[in-house]
Amino acid sequence: MSLYAPSSPHIHNDNSITKIMLKVLYALIPGILVYIYIFGFGVAINILLAIITALSCEAIMLKIRQRPIMPFITDGSAVITAVLLALSIPSIAPWWIIFLGTAFSIIIAKHLYGGLGYNPFNPAMVGYAMLLISFPQQMTTWQLSTPATFIGLPDSFKFIFGDHTPAQLATDAISGATPLDYLKNQLGLSHHVSDIMNSSNVFGLLGGNGFEWISIAFLIGGLWLVKQKIIHWHIPATMIGSLAAVATLFYVIDPDQYASPLFHIFSGATILGAFFIATDPVSAATTAKGKIIYGACIGLLIYIIRTWGGYPDAIAFAVLLMNMSAPTIDYYTKPKTYGH
Amino acid sequence: MADTDYKKITTNGLWYNNTALVQLLGLCPLLAVSSTFINALGLGIATTLVMIGSNVTVSLVRDQIKQELRIPIFVLIIASFVTVVELAMNAYLHELYKILGIFIPLIVTNCVIIARAEAFAAKNNVKASFLDGLTMGLGFTFVLLLLGGMREIIGQGTLFSQAHLMFGEGFRELQLVLIQDYGGFLLAILPPGAFIGLGFLIAAKNVIEARRSKKLAAINASELAMGTDTIK
Repeated sequence: MSLYAPSSPHIHNDNSITKIMLKVLYALIPGILVYIYIFGFGVAINILLAIITALSCEAIMLKIRQRPIMPFITDGSAVITAVLLALSIPSIAPWWIIFLGTAFSIIIAKHLYGGLGYNPFNPAMVGYAMLLISFPQQMTTWQLSTPATFIGLPDSFKFIFGDHTPAQLATDAISGATPLDYLKNQLGLSHHVSDIMNSSNVFGLLGGNGFEWISIAFLIGGLWLVKQKIIHWHIPATMIGSLAAVATLFYVIDPDQYASPLFHIFSGATILGAFFIATDPVSAATTAKGKIIYGACIGLLIYIIRTWGGYPDAIAFAVLLMNMSAPTIDYYTKPKTYGH
Repeated sequence: MADTDYKKITTNGLWYNNTALVQLLGLCPLLAVSSTFINALGLGIATTLVMIGSNVTVSLVRDQIKQELRIPIFVLIIASFVTVVELAMNAYLHELYKILGIFIPLIVTNCVIIARAEAFAAKNNVKASFLDGLTMGLGFTFVLLLLGGMREIIGQGTLFSQAHLMFGEGFRELQLVLIQDYGGFLLAILPPGAFIGLGFLIAAKNVIEARRSKKLAAINASELAMGTDTIK
């Protein structure tokens, strides 16, 4: 009689990659629905385009790399990358933006590094950074979040696929700077924060008008993920915490020059980044202590880049910079083996 | 070295030991200047000229140099040739000289040149050293041109733009607009594009090599299977 002695770990839960990815997708749904409700169907078309592109690129790369196609393509990781990227770009960007970005994410940032589990950088954020650097004009033309700018399905199609925008919806009339961008420009002209907030309707109660509700919806989805134990609290909590701490510090010193911590948390992609992007299990730090350092550094970097850097929002760059440091963080935060 | 294998020197310089694709030397100017085809051509020719000059000179004086003093002397020789090329470009290709800027004087720090002086010219005769300098330089230029052309096409949709900087006013029309109304793809022109582009070129070289060695192995195997003894 031979005894079967499997190696550790001996206890594991029944989560597979597909199950985890599906839960992440479910958690994104409230945010996406609010996004569509406020801004129109552009984001839905972009998500669809991104998923189609991601799955095709994934299949092609798996074929070239001579890996089994079906198990990898159905694991859902490419879909998550696609959805996150589609949520990060302006919803009225032309179709080739999301196509190029997704293809770059999947082909270069994921498969050229060895596929799922081997990519040192978050693929969606690599794609986003590539797009932001290469096409600054298309990537900063965001829809204004005033109620009049809800774009119906046919007009969304015209924006994304057409050469010309619909006449009654001239791009200039419905698009503009995001709250973060606007604030940065106006601060550059030495206006005070409170005056700036009162002078434009892009600002809402907490952050950007419209954007704040999307953030709250993502927050709900994110908290559900934490409760489901798909992600741990360490990264989101420390990331938002450190961002809030630094923002509070400067806000207390000079509220005329620095925006409030609430504004920083609820504008831009802070919440989406904290719960869905920075927590990417492949490219983030893995030890508990490491996750805390990793999240806190991302929060700090976001504040630094937003306040003194060249770009209005900073999630992608902060996450990519910390992705680079994740192996080092893990190395120095290795938990002690019991008994040593 | 009784009989020098000139064919081997040539294939080494152009392919098997290509400075940019295999030795990965001199990458700083390679990545910085290859944003257009013409810039790449300018730097490639300048580097090749310096490499030929320094290789020949080092080879000529190799028996007179004390072993302990060779490195400073090599650097002096290379620096003299760089100065010559720099002044010549400043005089005859002034506009191109201004674009390439610091990377012309920086040729002196290009490790390929001192590597060839140390590893080859200091041990071989003048003729072989000349050939080595020429083929290594051409190999470097070849990669520069590939990368420059690639980045120019992807980055701005043209090829041979600003050709008049190199060949004079008559060649201004040489510019090919490959893609009309191209918005530009900034990443290809910025430094990350150079790194990604070079990565693809190295990968392509490795693929070609792998295919070739596979084919050779297959031929050898079939010959062995047939029982013909071709190995002498």
